Amino acid sequence: MITSIKGGEKAIDASHRLLAKRRRGNPAIAELSVDQIREQLTLAVDRVMNEGSLHDPTLAALAIKQAEGDLIEAIYLLRAYRTTIPRFGYTKPLETSEMIVRRRISTTHKDIPGGQFLGPTYDYTHRLLDFSLLEEAEDEDGLPVSTDDTFEEMNLCYGAGFLSRTDVVEAELPSDGIAVADLTREPMKFPSKRDQRLQNLTRGDEGFLMALCYSTMRGYGRNHPYVAEMRHGDVSVVMEIPELQFEVGIGTVRVTECRTIHMTVNKPDTPAHYTRGYGLLFGHCERKALSVAIVDRALRGPEFGEERRHPSQDEEFVLSHSDSVAASGLVQHLKLPHYVDFQGELQLLRQLRDEYEKRAGQADSAENENAG
Amino acid sequence: MLDDLGLDAAQEDYSFAFLDEQTKRMVRRAILKAVAIPGYQVPFGDREVPLPPGWGTGGIQVTASIIGRSDRLKVIDQGADDTTNAVSIRRFFKRVTGISTTESTGEATIIQSRHRIPERLLEDAQILIMQTPQPEPMRRLINSEEQARKLHAFARYGLMQVRLYEDIARFGHVAVSHDYPVRVHRRYLSSPSPIPRFDNPKLHRNRALIIFGAGRERRIHAIPPFTEVRSLDFEDYPFEVQKWEQCCALCGSDNSYLDEVLLDDKGSIQFICSDTSYCNDRRVESRRR
Repeated sequence: MITSIKGGEKAIDASHRLLAKRRRGNPAIAELSVDQIREQLTLAVDRVMNEGSLHDPTLAALAIKQAEGDLIEAIYLLRAYRTTIPRFGYTKPLETSEMIVRRRISTTHKDIPGGQFLGPTYDYTHRLLDFSLLEEAEDEDGLPVSTDDTFEEMNLCYGAGFLSRTDVVEAELPSDGIAVADLTREPMKFPSKRDQRLQNLTRGDEGFLMALCYSTMRGYGRNHPYVAEMRHGDVSVVMEIPELQFEVGIGTVRVTECRTIHMTVNKPDTPAHYTRGYGLLFGHCERKALSVAIVDRALRGPEFGEERRHPSQDEEFVLSHSDSVAASGLVQHLKLPHYVDFQGELQLLRQLRDEYEKRAGQADSAENENAG
Repeated sequence: MLDDLGLDAAQEDYSFAFLDEQTKRMVRRAILKAVAIPGYQVPFGDREVPLPPGWGTGGIQVTASIIGRSDRLKVIDQGADDTTNAVSIRRFFKRVTGISTTESTGEATIIQSRHRIPERLLEDAQILIMQTPQPEPMRRLINSEEQARKLHAFARYGLMQVRLYEDIARFGHVAVSHDYPVRVHRRYLSSPSPIPRFDNPKLHRNRALIIFGAGRERRIHAIPPFTEVRSLDFEDYPFEVQKWEQCCALCGSDNSYLDEVLLDDKGSIQFICSDTSYCNDRRVESRRR
């Protein structure tokens, strides 16, 4: 008997019930709360906020729960929610030089003005499974045991001034007074501008950007990066309220900012100097911040007379394929029915085969005649 | 067989030096081959170790394969023992071997290093292990592994000479500050790992065995003691090392590789020795006088 996969209203409902059941897992085990995800899976939450283009840790945690930990699905959930929110204004550019720093490193000098703070990082952990985490530390009420570790935050007044101390590093653009493009409102344009590119990269898939960045380091478009500064901490968000006619702080966001410098010698009319790459993201995501900064620099090649030869330098390649929501959508659409297309193509294929056989038959008989 | 599996190892959680004995044997074979064919990149089966690829896993696997209970290990990152990655790797080996470590070049039997060769002359009984991100010197010119291997097989290194020539034509000198390609034993073109050009002459007829471990790229190459190592150049444009007009602000050395130190945001700078062991030795010596 032939079963058609069409018309599955019942099937869809059943599928959703199965999903809900799988999401809940073994009912004998306590349900995971959104608060727990937000507080204890913070790096997953950060990734979803970045690629989902929305700073809301609770909703990002909800999305992760709903998507059973599939971060790309969670990102899509958050994006789809985001489009429904009205926009009532724009904040001032973030003053990252006034960040309350939790971590700050520079790799170009052993000591930098203001100092290096290792802060929280997995960098120097040994990747050995910590089996003590298998045991849940809970007190009698089921609440976690409190620890006495208090974290001293540092208010760091040093900007990235040491970068500009000499004439060897490219000057930064002034931050105010320039209109900034917004990809959530207007489409990407090619040739692209840097503001569009940076927004695209920030929303882009971490794995894709990391692979591109890695390719530049393995000979596919080397651009000689140094991490001049990586900082992570809290920044105030300031907004000018038109009715009040003055600026008010409306909260803080935790961000990661990465500045790379790259030796650039290509243009004959300018002396050799360091050019910049930049990445700014929500939360703590240094891998992505680095990837964004280095791909940002790779895409700036034309500014410095560099030849476009490799994927990471090709803006259309990078920017058109960076979005995980778009990529996941098209890749997975292959699961949709394609009966009609397939039928048409199958007919064409049969026609081509018939013609091929006819030609082969003719060639054979011609050969036989010649031989005879 | 039982020895191979290390079953009697007093119920330790991990083998001595982390890697199991079969893996160590495989790495040692690769090292022996690398020593037998100086400068040739020997493929080996890279393993995951508890530090991330790109942070010295090649060096760690080489060290883990040759280290014994009587060894004294020194770990250097960018010339210094107190930088975070050096501390991390040293701690790792302390934890998985229990052997003694040192920060002094003269006291070490095994030195694992990233981006520097110690200023102090190495001795016969010492082994220097270099962490190597990209062992293939031709990679910056051609991406294809297949092509690069052919060029090595035929010792066709014209491409690299042309690259150096182009630099001279454009800038009047070779513009390569580190990872400057060398010809080992007049045969293989090799990467010295990203040491500054300043350190290249130290490779030539060094008394110590030098092993380069590239974990991510799954290659080991070596420069045996007393091997001829020539940095590529031209007769009329001989190879040159970096020079400073300043001396070390701490020990006064005028013949070591110097790091620039920023004193404030206004551009005041100072220079100090990159090799902290060398700088300390000199300061102790001058105090004695």
